[in-house]
Amino acid sequence: MTAVPAELKYTRDHEWLREEGDGTVTVGITDHAQRQLGELVFVELPEAGSTLAAGQGCAVVESVKAASDVYAPLAGTVTAVNAALEQAPGLVNTSPYGEGWLFRFRPATPAAGLLDGAAYQQLLDAEG
Amino acid sequence: MLPEPVIFEHSRPGRRAPSHAPAAMADLAGLPAAALRRSPPPLPEVSELQVVRHYTRLSQLNFSIDTHFYPLGSCTMKYNPRAANRLAMLPGFLGRHPLGPEEHGQGFLACLYELQEMLKGVTGMTGVSLTPMAGAQGEYAGVAMIRAWHEARGDTARRVIIVPDAAHGTNPATATMCGYEVREIPTDARGDVDLEALRAAVGPDTAGIMLTNPSTLGVFERRIGELAAIVHGAGGLLYYDGANLNAILGRALPATMGFDVVHINLHKTFSTPHGGGGPGAGVVAANARLEPHLPVPIVGLRDGRYAWLTRQERPASIGRLSAFMGNAGILLRAYVYMRMLGAEGMRRVSGHATLNANYLMVRLRGAGFDLAFPQRRASHEFIVTLKGIARETGVTAMDFAKALLDRGFHAPTTYFPLLVPECLLIEPTETESREELDRFIDALVDIRDLARRNAAEVKEAPRTMPVRRLDDVRAAREPDLTWQGRPHPAAR
Amino acid sequence: MPFIPHTEEDVAGMLAVIGAGSIDELFDEIPASLAIAGLPAMGAGLSEAQITRLMLDRAAADGRPLCFIGAGAYDHYIPAAVWELATRGEFYSAYTPYQAEASQGTLQLIYEFQSMMAGLTGLDVANASMYDGATAFAEACLMAVRANRKSRSRRVLTTRALSPVFRAVACGMLAGQGIELVELPLAAGRTDTGALAGLSGGDFAALAIQQPGFLGTLEAVDELTDWAHAQGMLVIGVCNPLLLALLEAPGSWGSAGADIACGEGQPLGIPLSSGGPYFGYLTCRQALVRQMPGRIVGRTLDVDGRPGFTLTLQAREQHIRRSRATSNICTNQGLMVTAATIFMSLLGAEGLRRVAAQCHANTRSLVQALTALPGVSLAFGPYCHEAVLRFDRPVAPLLAGLSAAGILGGHDLSADYPELGHALLVCATETRSADDIQAYARTLASLLAHRA
Repeated sequence: MTAVPAELKYTRDHEWLREEGDGTVTVGITDHAQRQLGELVFVELPEAGSTLAAGQGCAVVESVKAASDVYAPLAGTVTAVNAALEQAPGLVNTSPYGEGWLFRFRPATPAAGLLDGAAYQQLLDAEG
Repeated sequence: MLPEPVIFEHSRPGRRAPSHAPAAMADLAGLPAAALRRSPPPLPEVSELQVVRHYTRLSQLNFSIDTHFYPLGSCTMKYNPRAANRLAMLPGFLGRHPLGPEEHGQGFLACLYELQEMLKGVTGMTGVSLTPMAGAQGEYAGVAMIRAWHEARGDTARRVIIVPDAAHGTNPATATMCGYEVREIPTDARGDVDLEALRAAVGPDTAGIMLTNPSTLGVFERRIGELAAIVHGAGGLLYYDGANLNAILGRALPATMGFDVVHINLHKTFSTPHGGGGPGAGVVAANARLEPHLPVPIVGLRDGRYAWLTRQERPASIGRLSAFMGNAGILLRAYVYMRMLGAEGMRRVSGHATLNANYLMVRLRGAGFDLAFPQRRASHEFIVTLKGIARETGVTAMDFAKALLDRGFHAPTTYFPLLVPECLLIEPTETESREELDRFIDALVDIRDLARRNAAEVKEAPRTMPVRRLDDVRAAREPDLTWQGRPHPAAR
Repeated sequence: MPFIPHTEEDVAGMLAVIGAGSIDELFDEIPASLAIAGLPAMGAGLSEAQITRLMLDRAAADGRPLCFIGAGAYDHYIPAAVWELATRGEFYSAYTPYQAEASQGTLQLIYEFQSMMAGLTGLDVANASMYDGATAFAEACLMAVRANRKSRSRRVLTTRALSPVFRAVACGMLAGQGIELVELPLAAGRTDTGALAGLSGGDFAALAIQQPGFLGTLEAVDELTDWAHAQGMLVIGVCNPLLLALLEAPGSWGSAGADIACGEGQPLGIPLSSGGPYFGYLTCRQALVRQMPGRIVGRTLDVDGRPGFTLTLQAREQHIRRSRATSNICTNQGLMVTAATIFMSLLGAEGLRRVAAQCHANTRSLVQALTALPGVSLAFGPYCHEAVLRFDRPVAPLLAGLSAAGILGGHDLSADYPELGHALLVCATETRSADDIQAYARTLASLLAHRA
């Protein structure tokens, strides 16, 4: 079974979001997504300070056999990236919701179209 | 098989193979000291025997057509005739400088001119350019020609190339290189392009479609006429990926199917060597509409002599794709092969390739393997899906591939096309005998039976190769791409 | 029938298993309106003896003229062992090494090749080859545009001293993606460094320099490299790999070195063969490796902890990333790389250096012999390996006269460099003897005398 923490928000592209309470949001890929990809060998992250358009491909997660884009869930400005992934991309596999976070950004618009944990779990069940 | 050290490990300072270079260092007069290299490049210092032994041993670590059945789907691994190699490597051909005058190239140019004519014949097209150096460059030429045609008409709104989801990865990558957006369309349950989806996808932004027929799913696109009408009706053009031309040689022509431009992989259909990853040749052929845009140079006739036609004679050309004339020596090999086949031989190529594929397919189905498209005739290749066995035993297509190596067979293509789970794309080619096919079937049955008895043992394969399964994750996470003067630090 | 093993009994038995009455019946999914009866225009097949006779005659018809043309392809001696080994069936008839365990020979050889090319160019990593020098140059430009995140410019600066065919091929390949090549002018046959000041502050992703330039002249690579880096550009070095045994490696140009190197691999053991197959090489700094197009081999360990080789960093490539791949390249020039690796092993650094030095010395002798004739002068220097001669009359008739005497006198520059007047690019490799050079000078002297 893949983990779907109830306190996070999700996108249909298997990304998770966590509001940090300071106006920024942390983004990562879900446990389900990392299992589908297999062991990650490289993570390409946006540059801190760059602006994102909603739906823009802004990061890439790579395994040996696949490369998958990570899309900006909302428009905003990148405030921090997880530099540890440069040396240790496997953190996304071992701790997708913790040390394997990808980047943090300050949304320019209110959150819209995100799923809660239960809705995301339903999506996973439906995808079988 | 014992491991062979890296060539640098045979190196000793001062060791030489001196008969291959001038006996003394020539005078460097006229060269400014500032331009000279300060320290010599780190190349190995080895004797001639060491070189010969090292690379002979390395060669022996390979599977090849000459040593093993190599049923790699979509790659057409047929016998590469020795005569084609020897005749392309005649000193007169090898010594000819690409910028040498045409009067010192009439023999060579005659071969190329006749090759162009033969390729028009097998495609039904009106013009051919031999210059693309591989299939992907042939694709590039074809799509760039489509773009040039639209631009010449002043139609700049067409920015989308349609590609079926079963297409080879080079198709969408090529469209991107030509500045197009890619729109994927799905395949229906019978393996044909979903024509309803195609109708919905075409429009005034459609530049064209890239299609392989027979498709990468190993079946002939039966409604190709209707498909062509949909794309042409929307103002788009049709590009034919010739990867599977071996299946229809002398049976049908891309031109009459409605295609406007085609590339042919000479290293597949016309049996030039794969060489461990090339060189190939991806010649392009076009109908009258696109012919003016063919890449240069092209061999033509001028005053009764063979001559290179360049941009001066062909101003609408998409231009040059190589510094000189593409992979000329490969073109000579294809020429020799095609002349040896002749009309009857070419039709037998597709006939016996299809016979072998259908025989293998029917026998494997009889042995209990699941086919991806059981209701269809195989083209020169077909797909087995191991999804059921994988679910039942945990043994995957990858495990089958590795277990085949231990049984003396190269694996079929695995995990392509991506839309068939746990697939093996099997292409026996016409040059394999019935006995070889029977042995291959026995091997697959043997692996399947072993998977049911002892899945772990299959997953241990290969055991008889120079190495066992390699750690791809380590290779990508800690790239070790060049010799740094020492054996692998973590090797046992 | 050539190359088909089936007996009549085999065919009948196999059709019975399939349940088909004939081979033609196996094509029943092809609509009748598309089916053709055959390809009669192809004529009858030839036996091996017949095609051998035909090809021997055609190869002989082309003669074996004495070649003084370079211009991107060079007539070097190739040791016998090179092609004896490269055409072994296990190399010649193998596929791309996707099944690593059954392809260790090809994979290890590519790893050795990558090591040698990285060493020659003074950079960190190499790929397994591109189609030829021209496409390698185009891919290097595309790579630089992707890699230079500081600039985001879609323009690459190059120079008229860089091979005209490399520029032409790159122009076409870059245009599709909206990338433009801008050219620095020439002064005395080399890139005009005086023009740099006017371009300072201009936004370019990279500067591409060829050393020596297409005209044989030596470029101010250190100055150009440092200037480009100061402008935030990457630097692409285009080099004849054989000459890198003699000339400074691009990785050591200027204070920081070039970032990418590429070029035509033909001088490393590949026959002239009318222009191909050759191979392009491409090397770069470690930090740029994920922008590299094409196949790359890495060393890793197997499950028993033994070293082995495999294709790696494949997520860059078309079979995984499809429309977002770094390039559409799939098949490259594997067999040429096999030959080049064996060639470099046989010659070693010292052998390559001697060959390069002899080429330079022979060209120098040729220049001295020809410029002793009236109306012939050296256009500019310093040069290396190739040189431009200036004539007091059009070059084409002279070349035709030489050709009639079995001598290929050089490459006429009038089409690509009309500003140079009657100019000829000449080259005498290590395979040209003093007698060859004298034969050229004698023949040219009589042509000049007759047509003065």
